Amino acid sequence: MKTVEEIKAAIEAAVPGAGVEFVRNPGPAAEHSLRVAPASAVAVATFLRDDADLALDFLSNVSGVDWPDKEIAEKVKVTRTVTKTVDGVEQQMEETVDETRKRIEPGCLEAVYHLYSVAKKHGPLVIRMKTANRSDQVELPSFTPVWRSAEFQEREVFDLYGIIFAGHPDLRRLLMWEGFKDHPMRKDYVEPDDYEYEHVLARAQEHKNRDQRTEIRDQGPGVA
Amino acid sequence: MSLTETKTEKIDGWNRPPVIVPDGEGELLEVAMGPHHPSTHGVFRMDLALDGERVVRLKPVFGYLHRNHEKIAEQASYLASMPYTDRLDYMCPLTNNWAYALAVEKLAAQEVPERAQYIRVILGELTRIQNHASSIGFLIQEMGASGTPLMYAFKEREKILDLFESLTGSRMMCNYMRFGGCRVDVSTAWLDAARKVIAGLPQFVDEFEALLSSNEILMARCQGVGILRPDLAVNAGVTGPMLRASGVDYDIRKVDHYGIYDRFKFRVPLGDHGDVYDRYMVRILEIRESIKIVEQALKEIPGGPIMDAKAKIRGFRPKPGEAYGRIEAPKGELGFYLISDGGPNPYRYRVRPPSLINLTVLEDMCLGSNVADVVLIFGSVDIVLGEVDR
Repeated sequence: MKTVEEIKAAIEAAVPGAGVEFVRNPGPAAEHSLRVAPASAVAVATFLRDDADLALDFLSNVSGVDWPDKEIAEKVKVTRTVTKTVDGVEQQMEETVDETRKRIEPGCLEAVYHLYSVAKKHGPLVIRMKTANRSDQVELPSFTPVWRSAEFQEREVFDLYGIIFAGHPDLRRLLMWEGFKDHPMRKDYVEPDDYEYEHVLARAQEHKNRDQRTEIRDQGPGVA
Repeated sequence: MSLTETKTEKIDGWNRPPVIVPDGEGELLEVAMGPHHPSTHGVFRMDLALDGERVVRLKPVFGYLHRNHEKIAEQASYLASMPYTDRLDYMCPLTNNWAYALAVEKLAAQEVPERAQYIRVILGELTRIQNHASSIGFLIQEMGASGTPLMYAFKEREKILDLFESLTGSRMMCNYMRFGGCRVDVSTAWLDAARKVIAGLPQFVDEFEALLSSNEILMARCQGVGILRPDLAVNAGVTGPMLRASGVDYDIRKVDHYGIYDRFKFRVPLGDHGDVYDRYMVRILEIRESIKIVEQALKEIPGGPIMDAKAKIRGFRPKPGEAYGRIEAPKGELGFYLISDGGPNPYRYRVRPPSLINLTVLEDMCLGSNVADVVLIFGSVDIVLGEVDR
């Protein structure tokens, strides 16, 4: 198979303005990947599937990854003017101090796809897409129209990570139940103390607000 | 009952299941098949819409066994997840162990000694044999042959599980492989016992086949039922015996040459029609090929250590990076995708479950067939809910 850099060049030649970025894998496995801009992702995916050389007709694996907001503490050298008293005389002096500044690197949600070719028996090619943030801009294009194997896996990523796949034909929760609110695979997910207990509370509340005029109660004792 | 079947297989260019239009007489009957239906291999539900006896719509419902395996593994050390992988596909614990070990070894660039590789192949293929035998047994049970064929299969499976038990201490929750080797060495006595079991297996398969393969009822129920087209199978990510039954030559043992599979002579059986019968037949033939592999491995197994000397057991922290390791598990491609941030736990741990992804095409295969055939088609997919729901 072509190297990842060559595939990147091929994509850029075939899909104008593809916005493909090379992501290096620092580990010993050295499976480098390509980050695709969501806007052109479906065009890129279709090219990867239909190109005669690549023929990546088999989407093996779809994973979500959560990258939470990171607080990064940086030491910055700051030069400032201070007034100091030296030998009884006030002097304006320039002083350089180390200051720790904290900034928040915004997090994102990522979808990672592992592609293989059944026809050519090569692979994998790893492509990834990331959302703009983790809260309100979590939409990515769906690959289900290109590779059907994404159907359940993207539903799972939607369920557990909360990425909304636009263009997915049937985007419902896969593993958690309907009506479940959160996304449990996110790093900041806090699970409830006791699911059973919460149900008990809700049911008790329901019981409290119920309509009191039931037939059986009115009949009283002595009724067979 | 006439059905107006519209051929709408590629709307908007993607492989959507065909739309079946009912003939308009009477109403559709909605049936929730499962989660406690005896044919569902556990807790799995299919929401069916029936037009008379024909299936018009089928939506699988998952999650009854969901325990968020991936989240638990992200909160535990790499090694601590090893016993938990046994519980994914609990019919084949050793291949689960192997896939996970392979992924971590790829992540940490860990070598595996020769002898451990041979042990892995022997155990992996024994697992394949017992999985295929029992899955055929279940399939035939679902066809109505209650008990007997399943017990024939289980008789053989039991012998293999005895081997697992004497080696690993457990029949089904083996927890045997380690990053860089295996946990305990095989003894000469164990190898002899394995040779004895393997020597008896061809006879079992012959007997099994003599009873089943040309059985009239089995052929009538299976042939031409649940056909899966090869192009759809590839597009939908179907792997394992199901993909090969559709005639697609793709076996990860041959493609990736992981472990030491390039040293063994074996063939990849392929189907012709992609129906339930082909899936049954491919599994039978795979048992025969696996027997050959184990025979060769038992003959060639060298001496030496079973753990790499440089393997780190305590304080195992792979360098930052990611890796995807996959093997040909009995049910299909079992993969593990791991991201390390340099810590003792995986930052991301993802299981690629073959059982779940093979179910993508369940609706396509079942539409238009009878309810009784749905049970059969579902059985021929060969799933384990521990892996589907994770």
